[in-house]
Amino acid sequence: MTIPKALQMSLGLRMTTVGFIVCWCLIAAFPIFWIAVMSFKEPLDSFASNPLSVIFGPSTRASGKGLSIFDIIIGLGVIYLIYRFSINLLPKWIKQLIPANLSVFGWLIGSLAIALGVVIVFGVLVPPVLSFVNGFTGFLGTPLIGFTTEHYQAVWVDNEFYRNFINSLIVTTGVVTISLTVGALAGYGLARSGSNMAFWILIAALIFRALPHSVLVSGYLPVFVNSAEYLRPILGEHAPTFYGQPLAVIMVLVAINQPFTIWMLRSFFQNIPTELDESARVDGCTHFQAFRWVIMPIMWPGVITTGLFSFLLAYNDFLVTSLLLDAQNQTMVPAIAGYFNRETTTTDQVEAVAAAVSITAPLFLLVMVFQRQIVSGLTAGAVKG
Amino acid sequence: MKFRVFAAFAGPSLLLMLCFIAIPLVNVFIQSFYNTQTIFETIEIESCTPGFGTSTCVTETATRPVLGEDGKALERTLFVGWESYTNILKPSQAWNAVKQFSWSGLMAIDFWKALRFTLTFTLISLPLVIGLGLVIALSVNSLAKSIKGQIIFVSLLPFIITPVIGALSIRWLFIGDGILTAMLEWWLQIDIAMFAQAWTIEMMMLFYRVWHVAPFAFVVFYAGLQTVNNDTLESAIIDGASRFERLRYVVIPHLMPLIVFVSLIHLMDSYRVFEEIVGFSSQAHVISLQWLTYDFLVPDESGNRAISRASASSMLTMVGIVILLIPLLRKTWNDHKSRVL
Repeated sequence: MTIPKALQMSLGLRMTTVGFIVCWCLIAAFPIFWIAVMSFKEPLDSFASNPLSVIFGPSTRASGKGLSIFDIIIGLGVIYLIYRFSINLLPKWIKQLIPANLSVFGWLIGSLAIALGVVIVFGVLVPPVLSFVNGFTGFLGTPLIGFTTEHYQAVWVDNEFYRNFINSLIVTTGVVTISLTVGALAGYGLARSGSNMAFWILIAALIFRALPHSVLVSGYLPVFVNSAEYLRPILGEHAPTFYGQPLAVIMVLVAINQPFTIWMLRSFFQNIPTELDESARVDGCTHFQAFRWVIMPIMWPGVITTGLFSFLLAYNDFLVTSLLLDAQNQTMVPAIAGYFNRETTTTDQVEAVAAAVSITAPLFLLVMVFQRQIVSGLTAGAVKG
Repeated sequence: MKFRVFAAFAGPSLLLMLCFIAIPLVNVFIQSFYNTQTIFETIEIESCTPGFGTSTCVTETATRPVLGEDGKALERTLFVGWESYTNILKPSQAWNAVKQFSWSGLMAIDFWKALRFTLTFTLISLPLVIGLGLVIALSVNSLAKSIKGQIIFVSLLPFIITPVIGALSIRWLFIGDGILTAMLEWWLQIDIAMFAQAWTIEMMMLFYRVWHVAPFAFVVFYAGLQTVNNDTLESAIIDGASRFERLRYVVIPHLMPLIVFVSLIHLMDSYRVFEEIVGFSSQAHVISLQWLTYDFLVPDESGNRAISRASASSMLTMVGIVILLIPLLRKTWNDHKSRVL
């Protein structure tokens, strides 16, 4: 479509627009890019006031940890190969190995495998080869940019951040599966029932969505801490204490997420014409069979979009997990608070930066893979009002 | 769909919301009127030390928790009425401050301090988010199609990032003599300590919040811009409308429902401002309502949580939410009534 001449912009306006967009992109990406740079430097460089010394890291280089020109070339080469692989080969493999209606899970597994591959290649395979080769290459082998992965090692190996990672994984998987299962059923029911009751439920959900989470947590905490005493008369000696239980946190997050989930899924279900369920019912399906075998197969895009937002809620949560889980057994985001509370040395701070980058990296991958779904999710609720 | 079928589909979800949202709310309401305290007893301890000839005995009174049979301290729950609320609101102290026109006196009370910050934060960030989102959407809409995808990708990053981490990443740019503080100092030629006073921290929080939410506004408005009627725009041009007039009288009215939607979501979310306080560690200078409740819920040195006061401050926070939602609920109710009739 060509833009009519009268709608075209003058040169001045055009330049301003482009300049503004460039500025916005810089502001949007800069803090994230910058903490990634900081995490690879010695503390003195990370918190230097001169941006150039943060980028080139003179004191990191002085302590003998750095990338030579040779390293950078090799590194870029490997990154390019991985990029080519994920652009060309991966889609083919996914197409061959995985049925079309599950292709999203294929992509998920594929991108996880690539992430793992990157960690292995750059963490295990490349360094020894490069340090061997750098001994011979003279000028090309001398460090140019300060670079060290010691903080990541300190965080993941010494401080056992992988345990927090596993906790996060358990909580997010639980929340996404349960809230989608429960939410899809309810969303379908609400979309297909025109009754007054459905309307009131949706309004109640809207109010629940606005509640600050701390209000709810102050309702749970005393009950969860004392649950063993309350339940002893019923369950006997093995009555559980809910405080600190992953399952309890999962249920709480699912419930907090329900209002949003049912609103979103309902709007996706409303897009599916009722004629589909009606014809399935005429063919002899029960309501549930129609839902399972006719509606769900075409609902995957909506379910995936909603699942993404459930994932984000569970992954990003600080308040609920930090209050309902024990300090020794935290998910990733509250665990990072431990770093900046004991902020005594600058090394601790850089380790906190490394932990922060580790938490952000999966989200970065997520946006890369699911950009379209995220956008459609953001606009789904809005455009229909 | 029959009621029974509907109940079967919606049942699990409703049960969850009932158990984990509705019942806790009632529970919070009840808790706010009760207070659980450890029972203390006062005892006399006589301690004797050997002396010259006779031993010297001293009798001291001490308070200690009463222990139950299992060795744990006994607790007692009492009905305290509005006591927790008065503990938080400190009405007499606040009223004194108001009578003396002493702003700092009022701000010395945590609750009023938190309320002040929460409200100013919500109201200042709202126009910034809407404005920035709209400008980005309009600019991106006028660009070539080939690079829109990349711009949307970059724009989504601040939105998707974990709020605590996002706040931290802004904080790390400024902390100590961080690069941005150094740049500001070089530019203004004065010595700046960004974390020493409340207003600079609030500026950074506002910056963070706008950075974090503007992408959401942008994406929603951008989607709305795709449905603007081109014929209307063209007829506006024929009528001699300038670019600004077209924006003012055609595009903005078309986007109005979306602007209302984004504003509502933003009001709800920024009223709950919390992660900024954690990320910027600003509790010494700036606190928000939700942080106040959180602080009561975190165990103190002796492991006690101030559940009663947390519940009272939760209820007070709820009052704000209800006031915020009344216009929305009235509008929905009117829409619903007109549709039914």
